[in-house]
Amino acid sequence: MELWSDPVILARIQFAFTISFHIVFPAFTIGLASYLAVLEWRWLRTDNSVYLDLYRFWVRIFAVAFGMGVVSGVVMSYQFGTNWSVFSDQVANVIGPLLGLEVLTAFFLEASFLGIMLFGMNRVSRGMHFAATCIVAVGTLISAFWILSANSWMQTPQGFDLLADGRLIANDWLAVIFNPSFPYRLAHMVAAAYLTTAFVVGGVAAWYLWRKCHVEHARIMLANATLMAVLVAPMQLFIGDLHGLNTFAHQPAKVAAMEGIWDDEQGAALRLFGWPDAKTETTRYAVEIPRLASLILTHDANGEIRGLKSWPRNERPPVAIVFWSFRIMVGIGMLMIVLGVISAWSYMRGRLYTRRWLQLVWMGMMPSGFVALLAGWFVTEIGRQPYTVYAVLRTADSISPAILGTQVLWSLLAFVLMYSFVFGAGSYYILRLIGKGPVGLQGTPKYYQHSIKSSRFPANSKPGEPHA
Amino acid sequence: MLDFSASLDLPLIWFVLIALVMFLYVLLDGFDLGIGILFPLAPTDACRDQMMSSVAPFWDGNETWLVMGGGGLMAVFPLAYAILLPAFYIPMISMLLGLIMRGVAFEFRFKANSRHSRKLWDLVFHFGSLIAALSQGMIPGALLTGVDVDGRNFAGGPLDWISAFSIITGIAVVFGYALLGSTWLIMKTDQRTQDWARQVAIYALAAVAVFLGLVSVVTALINATITQFWFSMPNFWFLLPIPLLSVVVLLLCARDLLHKQAEYRPFLLAIAVFALAHIGLGISLYPWIIPYQYTIHQAAAEGPTLSLMLLVVVPMLPLILAYTGYNYFVFRGKSAPGHGYG
Ligand code: HDD
Ligand code: HEM
Ligand code: HEM
Repeated sequence: MELWSDPVILARIQFAFTISFHIVFPAFTIGLASYLAVLEWRWLRTDNSVYLDLYRFWVRIFAVAFGMGVVSGVVMSYQFGTNWSVFSDQVANVIGPLLGLEVLTAFFLEASFLGIMLFGMNRVSRGMHFAATCIVAVGTLISAFWILSANSWMQTPQGFDLLADGRLIANDWLAVIFNPSFPYRLAHMVAAAYLTTAFVVGGVAAWYLWRKCHVEHARIMLANATLMAVLVAPMQLFIGDLHGLNTFAHQPAKVAAMEGIWDDEQGAALRLFGWPDAKTETTRYAVEIPRLASLILTHDANGEIRGLKSWPRNERPPVAIVFWSFRIMVGIGMLMIVLGVISAWSYMRGRLYTRRWLQLVWMGMMPSGFVALLAGWFVTEIGRQPYTVYAVLRTADSISPAILGTQVLWSLLAFVLMYSFVFGAGSYYILRLIGKGPVGLQGTPKYYQHSIKSSRFPANSKPGEPHA
Repeated sequence: MLDFSASLDLPLIWFVLIALVMFLYVLLDGFDLGIGILFPLAPTDACRDQMMSSVAPFWDGNETWLVMGGGGLMAVFPLAYAILLPAFYIPMISMLLGLIMRGVAFEFRFKANSRHSRKLWDLVFHFGSLIAALSQGMIPGALLTGVDVDGRNFAGGPLDWISAFSIITGIAVVFGYALLGSTWLIMKTDQRTQDWARQVAIYALAAVAVFLGLVSVVTALINATITQFWFSMPNFWFLLPIPLLSVVVLLLCARDLLHKQAEYRPFLLAIAVFALAHIGLGISLYPWIIPYQYTIHQAAAEGPTLSLMLLVVVPMLPLILAYTGYNYFVFRGKSAPGHGYG
């Protein structure tokens, strides 16, 4: 069959699969690292052991998620070469340094201080341990900075010259790094990571409250999550709106796909739902709010929006998936705002910890951040097709020429199998840790007894104890 | 625009830097992959716990050198990256899969609650390390035997990387990592684990000596350019110290292993073996980055790219080495047979 031997399609599926798998973990670890820094700070300030319990609880989950983030990330950094060698050859002069700087300024920092964060509590002073946690948290943010700069440059490239042989070379590094879509994408992604984590924390807390266990810990977590949701979710709507305006200026075809607009329209309606049909070039069964799309995107109820038909077919992104992913993301964003506001309101009425239905909603929303995150990336990445570097390099021209479909197919299958196995086991261990809860860990000094005989606190090393 | 290419030989500087990064990778991840390779051979479960704990705080940092090697290659020798990765598609993917297996095994093994699932993660750890090491060893072998190139792209077949020579280099690296791993364990463990590691190290050392000789001889047989380079006249005398020193270091290491006192020296000597082999390889390749197709100057990125990277790496590399050193310092001393943090 065509599909199973076409290396371009297969390499795209492989890229989409491995990056989607990867991003789930960074998003969670970026948020969790910052949360852990806050928890440890609260503990150092208040000496309240509940914060320490929470730190110990989440740091173990962090370790599993971080490990999976690292191994799936290493795959990404080599995949550019295996499957996308022409892309690498042609744009490496611009994008290579951004990835290189990420390694030099972020990955080493994270990886080295992670050891101290996980195993070092008995080896270094409290202050140094807290510093290690903060360094890891900052490292994840630096990492996000560089990789999003690279990705944003591919969406809105500038600051480069085109050489005669088709290669790109930078002529202005600041323009490359701070390309037009970068500030919005960075802000939107970091907020997304914080929201994703907040809803996991809140969901776990709600589950404990529902079962009436670990109540003291759960209250703190739910209050933290509520604070995050009520502050960051509305902010995300605001950032997302700015992000969309920026996209409208630089990638109008993507916006037309997001909105499901085919003809150039003045006073375009906002299509709430509908089915964009690429064959007939219409959005069927549309439920519309008149003029709203024009109002949002041009700040003028009669503003003009270009429709997809004004691009030739081979210049258009796939529409339906962009259209629907966008609605899933925004829909979840709205739900987050609503839940944040209701929870904050309940908190002020003193009912946050007792409303059973609210707990159910928090539990239901636990995975919502991950879904919105992936949906958002699908909008961004599929919406920029058929290009890898927007309007400069086509996806079909980026592929490694000597690679056979069968090679990509087999490696894709191997990745799918390996990731399912690893992801299954990782999720199982994370869920089991959640099931045990933070309190089971109390009063077990061996929990932080790291394995290497300590010179500072020799009494803590009790080799050979059975594993909890 | 920032560009030092008028005053500095940037491709050469970067060739040396990338070689250094690759060396640090081989060294640092070498010992923890070596531990994975030896894992099932350990006498007891307690020994295995101790072995794993001795590398748990370090493995992530160690693996980051590989990311630096790959990312660095893409940034500074993009053409080499674009040709070699498709050429070594299968060993690359196997290496990545192997690294996934061994990476997650750390976390999962610490968290496994039943004997059964621990056994499973032991095996995953072992086979992951083995596959990664073998793939890593076959790649330089395949590089030395040559890669088909058409213009700026790889033009060979998917199985070109398999040859008797690459199989030999693959096995050589497996034994080399086992040597690094076992001498690391002599340093970081005690009692039963240490005794066992000492024994294993002797076998590993013998195998390394044999394979080092074999690789040198076969290289001389199959690659006339390299042979000529080593044996042509003034070169011969300049280069002679490399094989001679290798023999001396191997003998010193053997002496230390047989007389059971030294705890640190065997590891340092094992590092020296790797360093000499690495220098030998680097000298044989230079100035080619893809043998006899592209030199480092032809494959290098443009001046502004190399300059920016240099500007960042010069302050960052010492800083990274400093805090990596600090990490090793914090976790100095012997590893206990206890478990990780949880
Ligand atoms: C917004 C954030 C973000 C995005 C879009 C990506 N990553 Fe990532 N990545 C991280 C944020 C991150 C992180 C938070 O920094 C991780 C997660 C766990 C970790 O160790 O660091 C990480 C780990 C990580 C590692 C392992 C680092 C180590 O050894 O410690 C590599 C090699 C990559 N990533 C490479 C990539 C590539 C090539 C990407 C794109 C194609 C990519 N990442 C997308
Ligand atoms: C982190 C979240 C990300 C997700 C979930 C994601 C998702 C995707 C998806 C689904 C595609 C396939 C589009 C298609 O083929 O129709 C794609 C393509 C691509 N993305 Fe991303 N992406 C992410 C980040 C990045 C980053 C950070 C980079 C680069 C630095 C990047 C580089 C690429 C490239 C080169 C392609 C082209 C290959 C292709 O078309 O499949 N992506 N991505
Ligand atoms: C609340 C309303 C929201 C709006 C109006 C909004 C808007 C947008 C827009 C317009 C894009 C596409 C940018 C482009 O590539 O052109 C985008 C991408 C994205 N969105 Fe949202 N978004 C919202 C909520 C959320 C939420 C709740 C999350 C996750 C928790 C999220 C995560 C993402 C991610 C990860 C991307 C891809 C990366 C990027 O381009 O920034 N968004 N969003």
